[in-house]
Amino acid sequence: MQETNPYVQYVYLASAALFILSLKWMGQVRTARRGNWAGTAAMVLAVLGTLIAGGITGQGYLWIAVALVVGAAIGTPMAIVMPMTAVPQRTALSHAFGGLAAALVGVAEYLENANSGMSTFTVGALSVEMLLGFLTFTGSLLAFGKLQEIITTKAVIYPGRNLVSIGTLTIAILSAAFLTLNPASTAAFGVLICASLLFGVLLIIPIGGADMPTVIAILNSYAGLSSCAMGFVMNNKLLIVAGALDGTSGLILSIVMCKAMNRSFANVLFGGMGATPTGGGAAKSPTGKAIVGFSIEDAKSILQDTRSVIIVPGYGMAVAQAQHAVKELANVLAAQGTDVKFAIHPVAGRMPGHMNVLLSEADVPYDQLVEMEMINSSFPEADVAIVVGANDVTNPAARTDKTSPLYGMPILDVDKARTVIFIKRSMNPGFAGVDNELFGLDKTMMVFGDAKKVMTELVAAFKAGH
Amino acid sequence: MHEPSGLIENLFVFVLASFLGLELIRGVSRLLHTPLMSLTNAIASIAIVGSLLMTGRPHESQLITVLGAVAIVCSTINAVGGFLITERILKMFKKRSE
Repeated sequence: MQETNPYVQYVYLASAALFILSLKWMGQVRTARRGNWAGTAAMVLAVLGTLIAGGITGQGYLWIAVALVVGAAIGTPMAIVMPMTAVPQRTALSHAFGGLAAALVGVAEYLENANSGMSTFTVGALSVEMLLGFLTFTGSLLAFGKLQEIITTKAVIYPGRNLVSIGTLTIAILSAAFLTLNPASTAAFGVLICASLLFGVLLIIPIGGADMPTVIAILNSYAGLSSCAMGFVMNNKLLIVAGALDGTSGLILSIVMCKAMNRSFANVLFGGMGATPTGGGAAKSPTGKAIVGFSIEDAKSILQDTRSVIIVPGYGMAVAQAQHAVKELANVLAAQGTDVKFAIHPVAGRMPGHMNVLLSEADVPYDQLVEMEMINSSFPEADVAIVVGANDVTNPAARTDKTSPLYGMPILDVDKARTVIFIKRSMNPGFAGVDNELFGLDKTMMVFGDAKKVMTELVAAFKAGH
Repeated sequence: MHEPSGLIENLFVFVLASFLGLELIRGVSRLLHTPLMSLTNAIASIAIVGSLLMTGRPHESQLITVLGAVAIVCSTINAVGGFLITERILKMFKKRSE
């Protein structure tokens, strides 16, 4: 497929340059919006360039116009009405669309050229495009289902699951290899599609909710790489550049996530973490001490006249949509002269950067959002650490207990604060199914309840006291 | 079976773009990882280029046109949605002094 209009390549070149600038500008908050505009301009250029590339028939333009309008009519309202708490789901869903688009183009390309002598390399790239595209499609749909809680957020594990998954992947790869060598084999084509679709499901089923940040990043990478493969098939360098940028972005984000959990890719994908809670006696601390809940008034009296407070948000804050209530508490504390900061663990929440977005939505200035490495030295000087719906990322067992599944994971040193107020819905262990020894410490005050309710009541108690 | 045109050039582009991507993404503040992801999501809808060509050109089989059109719909949802959501997210980031 060669573009007949020679100027199109220059348009594509400009588009590729804008995509690169877009990611460069995305690096800093100051220039990030410019980055988004550059990306938008690049995409518009890419589309316009393609439309004038030549070879498109009158009827073709009609089909294109209808498809563009339908896509925009679905995409625009989705983007405008979507609540900020749904960003992880939306991201997963759009990976699904991205994967499907690449895969369908691959299928169409194959159907058109299967019998007209494609080179081995082209068919190989086509196979990669379809394999990645289809597995990203089903995998992302499943991730969407888990994040939206349509299906269980727990890791679903069954005996021999890794064997089944790897077996399916092997079949997909073998059929891709066979198709590459025998482009006319429609059987291999069919098996490739089915095995890729199935593998996407098998890949995500055994992964629990808290590993979603890593998984979303990996799927992001796959979606980009399938576009890249499409670029090789179509001999289109713009597709290769944009696909490679997307692919490396997903790769880096997933590495960041894995490092923040001290786990390997393989462990995230095949470890089956978070399937079965191991903590038996839920309402007991490790020392066997019964854990009592404290009241809102108790929490208020501790927070009164503090110099510094660090708030540690987690997925529980997102679930309860408590970010605005949390911000109000921060305001009340700041009004009495307390220095308030937020400690952000890289894997808190369900996607990279999740907590930053939620707190920004609640008007928390981003210079109060402090990364783990920067804030950990501040905990020993903090009067109170308030943990709002976070658990595993605060568990000291990650530092000390070699038998814990969390061992080695970098954590927020909440236990070093003078007092810890831990807001928690119930005594259920966290995602990793591990008891948190913080609960049993003398300096810890457990306050049970929905994060939003507790926060709102705490704010009310402060306001009533003035 | 012949060497496809431009294979080695395409490989060059791929490798260089990947290294560039690694450098660029490493420079992105962790604060911005969510908008980064929705931006790259939108960028991944570059698959629309392939979809447009597939849909617009004449084919013997109508099926190919339909597959291409579905791919355009998917990519457009991603592109429009991705850029709009990135803008929405970025608008929320404010500094204390502002």
